[in-house]
Amino acid sequence: MDWQGQKLAEQLMQILLLIAAVVSFVVGYTTASFRMMMLIYAGGVVLTTLITIPNWPCFNRHHLKWLDPSEAEKHPKPQVVVVSSKKKSSSKK
Amino acid sequence: MHTFGYRANALLTFAVTALAFICAIASFSDKFSNQNPSAEIQILNINRFKKQSHGNDEVSLTLDISADLQSLFTWNTKQVFVFVAAEYETPKNSLNQVSLWDAIIPAKEHAKFRIQVSNKYRFIDQGQNLRGKDFNLTLHWHVMPKTGKMFADKIVLPGYSLPDAYR
Repeated sequence: MDWQGQKLAEQLMQILLLIAAVVSFVVGYTTASFRMMMLIYAGGVVLTTLITIPNWPCFNRHHLKWLDPSEAEKHPKPQVVVVSSKKKSSSKK
Repeated sequence: MHTFGYRANALLTFAVTALAFICAIASFSDKFSNQNPSAEIQILNINRFKKQSHGNDEVSLTLDISADLQSLFTWNTKQVFVFVAAEYETPKNSLNQVSLWDAIIPAKEHAKFRIQVSNKYRFIDQGQNLRGKDFNLTLHWHVMPKTGKMFADKIVLPGYSLPDAYR
């Protein structure tokens, strides 16, 4: 799952669960059935699990483009500058 | 970092939080139901009224209990426990409560009832104070919701009295 996919999955999870909670409460209250509320909410949680937990292809549409190794060698990582000159020379040897 | 387990954990946490929230609202919605229960109790007969061999008064009586507790039931009510207590005052204790009968009402359909029973639990005083005693019969109930806090209330029915002599 790439970065965009992670964001999408998290937002989907929260929105779907909130919708499930609101719908189940409204239906449960209007039909005066606590059982109905619990069943609808459980269904919502299962649906959300199926949508947001597996690594679906739609969460992998923005691949990270890594630099080629040759390109990376031209721009080396900045080295940590060690203050003590004695240690620096010894480590080079 | 963003693994299967991480997402499952986040979903479970959020789902349980939302569940707690809707249960809290369900409990809160009970406050808007208007309750107007009614009850009537008649004493049909005093079956037995005597002093026990070790000195306490005991009464056996037949009650006719009719009550309509349907308005106590909301969509969040699991069951209602109801009991009838005889309440009276003696020189020693300002309030004596003796439970005579109880029942568990599991559903709204059973909440309007009329029943004729002799007392389920023995009506025994701590002493010999029951001759000619005026007492109340009180219908108590405890509402047990599916989520939220249990609450209790009662209807006091005054004006009953016991005979002046043992029989």
